[in-house]
Amino acid sequence: MTVLPYLVAAWLLVVGLWGTITSRHLVQQVMCLTVVQSSTYVLLLAVGYRTGGYAPIVSSSVPPSSPFVDPIVQALALTDVVVEATVVAVLLALTVQAHKRFGTVDPDRLGELSG
Amino acid sequence: MSVRPRTVAALLALAGLAALIAWAASELTPFGTPSGPANAIVRTLVHERHAANTVNGVTYDLRGLDTLGEELILFVAALGSAVLLRHGRGEDVEQERGEDERGAARTPDALRAAGTALVGPLVVLGVYVVVHGHLSPGGGFQGGVVLAAGLLLVYAAGQVMALKRVEPTALVEVADATGALAYALVAAAGLVFATAALENFLPFGTTGNLLSAGTIPVLSVAVGVEVTGAVALILTELLDQTLLRGGE
Amino acid sequence: MTVLALSVLVPMIAGTVLSLTASVERRPAAAATAFAATLASLVLLAVALAHVGDGRTVVWWGNWPPHGRVVGIDFAVDGLGGGLALFVTALALPALLMAGYAIRASAQLFYGVCLVFVAAMVGYCLTGDLFDLFVFFELMSVAAYVLVGYEVRERAPLEGALTFAITNSVGSILFLFGIGLLYGKVGALNMAQLGHGLQAVGPSGLVCVAFALVSVGLLVKAAVVPFHFWTADAYGVAPTPVLILLAGVFSELGLYGFARVFWTVFEPALAGHHDAVRAIFVGLGIATGLLGAVLALAQHHLLRMLAFVVVSQIGLFLVGIGLLSADGLAGSAIFVVGDGFAKAALFVCVGVVTHRYDAAGERALHGRARALWPLGLAFGLAALTVADLPPFGAFLGRSLIEDAALSAPGWAWVPAVMALVSALAAGALLRAGLRVFRGVGEPASRDARFTSDEAGGDEREDVAVGVPAALAGALVLAALVWGLVPGLAQSVTAAAARFTDTAGYAAAVLGGGSGVAAPVVPHVAGPGATAYLYATATLLGAGVVAWLGVAGRSVPRTAARAVDAVRALHSGHPGDYVAWTAGGAAVLGALFALTLR
Repeated sequence: MTVLPYLVAAWLLVVGLWGTITSRHLVQQVMCLTVVQSSTYVLLLAVGYRTGGYAPIVSSSVPPSSPFVDPIVQALALTDVVVEATVVAVLLALTVQAHKRFGTVDPDRLGELSG
Repeated sequence: MSVRPRTVAALLALAGLAALIAWAASELTPFGTPSGPANAIVRTLVHERHAANTVNGVTYDLRGLDTLGEELILFVAALGSAVLLRHGRGEDVEQERGEDERGAARTPDALRAAGTALVGPLVVLGVYVVVHGHLSPGGGFQGGVVLAAGLLLVYAAGQVMALKRVEPTALVEVADATGALAYALVAAAGLVFATAALENFLPFGTTGNLLSAGTIPVLSVAVGVEVTGAVALILTELLDQTLLRGGE
Repeated sequence: MTVLALSVLVPMIAGTVLSLTASVERRPAAAATAFAATLASLVLLAVALAHVGDGRTVVWWGNWPPHGRVVGIDFAVDGLGGGLALFVTALALPALLMAGYAIRASAQLFYGVCLVFVAAMVGYCLTGDLFDLFVFFELMSVAAYVLVGYEVRERAPLEGALTFAITNSVGSILFLFGIGLLYGKVGALNMAQLGHGLQAVGPSGLVCVAFALVSVGLLVKAAVVPFHFWTADAYGVAPTPVLILLAGVFSELGLYGFARVFWTVFEPALAGHHDAVRAIFVGLGIATGLLGAVLALAQHHLLRMLAFVVVSQIGLFLVGIGLLSADGLAGSAIFVVGDGFAKAALFVCVGVVTHRYDAAGERALHGRARALWPLGLAFGLAALTVADLPPFGAFLGRSLIEDAALSAPGWAWVPAVMALVSALAAGALLRAGLRVFRGVGEPASRDARFTSDEAGGDEREDVAVGVPAALAGALVLAALVWGLVPGLAQSVTAAAARFTDTAGYAAAVLGGGSGVAAPVVPHVAGPGATAYLYATATLLGAGVVAWLGVAGRSVPRTAARAVDAVRALHSGHPGDYVAWTAGGAAVLGALFALTLR
């Protein structure tokens, strides 16, 4: 239990990379990239979790002296999600254009640049 | 490489990578017992900046420079997607008109009614989440995405013509750029009104009030505007491509 | 604070304003705004650098100085970081100028994205926080994806942009994973604070794996073997103004990040293992240099050839950095700037020729560019700079690296290999230049791998030649002048000594700095007889390679087959490239685990 969340992150990383490498469809390749990205979210959030901690939002029932989960990793994960969602947007735009120009979305058949 | 060598290479590489990471992770502190300065940061943010939502306190104040960079990533990516998708579009503009009518005719009435009814509440929710970022879970990014989802709902409800009128591409581009510009200007204002860039120079008020935490709600709104514009721009451009293809 | 913050904020604000007003496209106004914003940033950085002088300037964003431990984000500027940021803005000016001639559609948006690209690179050079480095790294990358794919009407730019984006994304995800591991162990994101925390941890498994992951992210951008596959695809298809920036600084910034992260974050934990680290990185540098040079020689597509020349030069820079000494690092720094100007000139020349004659291969362009002899002259001079021509800046930088290698025990063979790498790369360039600009010798044989090597189109009169030729000439002149600056070697070595002074950096950032001694600055003599010897050898070698190429002598069958097999690996398939990246990460991690504990 103590190391399991980190292993989940490692598994997501590896499975996503496998999908990216062996995919036969550009859209699937980009989606596998999002799986790889999600491994970093899991790692960051797992690293910041405190057992018995509250969400880091202070209110009348949760005074500042309570134990809290780490807000910094949550901010990092938030940054992360935005960054990587937008990269996926650019990649998908390129994929749409690839379908138009090449007539295919199979990376094996792109083959314009070789050597 | 052909498929076989690539698969074998991938298997070996990924197995090695997984083993290395698992080994490294075994050295981390057990799950649930972080070693970082979390509690101290929360207390500092509450006492000094009067921010109730300390995640946003970290995002827009403590590590505001990261958020500025990341806002610009969103801005560039949205703009980039628009440019990348537009350059091939010129020749197919005539087809657009016909597709719009077809799209509208195919959507079931129940979907159209529900969609139209829900857009209003969704927009209100989005604005609420953006504006209350410093008080409760939410903030600029989350609220901005909700607002963009509201616009997406207009398309899903088959109101494609309404979509074209509600947010012509120029408007969302302007929103996108305005949000990014506003954030950078607030950062520069820190130089003018206080000692450091991105310094929280507005009055802090009382924790828990709407007008508190200085520049945090201001930056939250700037980011909300920007995210709405960017996500809506990306969605519009991708949806236009679908329309050109026959309105699936 | 003001000066440093504005050097990043001004281009950002200008970029967003240009995009805001993009619907009312006014090209001259947009170009002027972009130029002015970049110039302003350059001036601000020059002022900041003058202020930094012999020490370091540390400023805290948001007015969050350390409270016992670091809480905010800082800009920690020293001579090398500030100098590199200055070079970025300096190279952005010719790029913006070329954009006026090369970009047809949506020019205002192009300027906007370019400005954000420049702002990201400047912020990247100045920051002292590891996650902030990652954010600026991502911003640079996304802007680059968009700029590379900008004229995306053809198939090749599309494929190039796709493989570029996918490979770099995987690299940055691995980088972030490494950051997560480090934060989990130490609870800090500031580079000095991390170094301090890792010193207590020592060379453990986590440190080795995190070092490998973080390095992979930076080395993918730096185009070091085996993470370099995207380079030829992306550089072969991007618009010329983008290439000036990509070739001149983009990959070099990957190396800068790598050096900065090593010296501030990991060196305290790995202090006793300098020899192993040196072996690994000089080895990678040599491998990159050789691979780049050999593949450049085998290419007939001019832009891809230039891309591989860039890769080979990166290998040489990495050798200088990997020697882990102040003079080696200083040599790389001087070399980067001198070579950056030369590479920019090369890309301008090739870009103009390619567009004017609507062809990109040596065979199709044979003898066609005779009328453009000013460009040919600039091209030839720049190619000779790659071949270590004194007294250009690149020569000065290399002499420092050679001296550093000769004085490090067991590394005396390195300068000879460096000479070989440059001879091959420059020979390829000279061969191409002689064929294209003078029509010397027989036309190149048909290249089986290069599918579109047809006769090319008619001459396009609308492609401007005058201004780009003047620009290329100015860039070559800048490369020359850089080598003639008095006292450059000694002052850059002093800056490099400060860069490698981990304790001093930590003291400046974390506070409590009065007790730390100033770093020892090695005395650096100017280029001596050995430097001129290596330069002569390289120039002669380049001449021989070019003559052999032009005379049509073919390579022995086994060698040709081996090179062809390596070329086949550069398949343009994103999955392949990601496989190599993952494999390289696993191998690097295993290497570190075995040698650094």
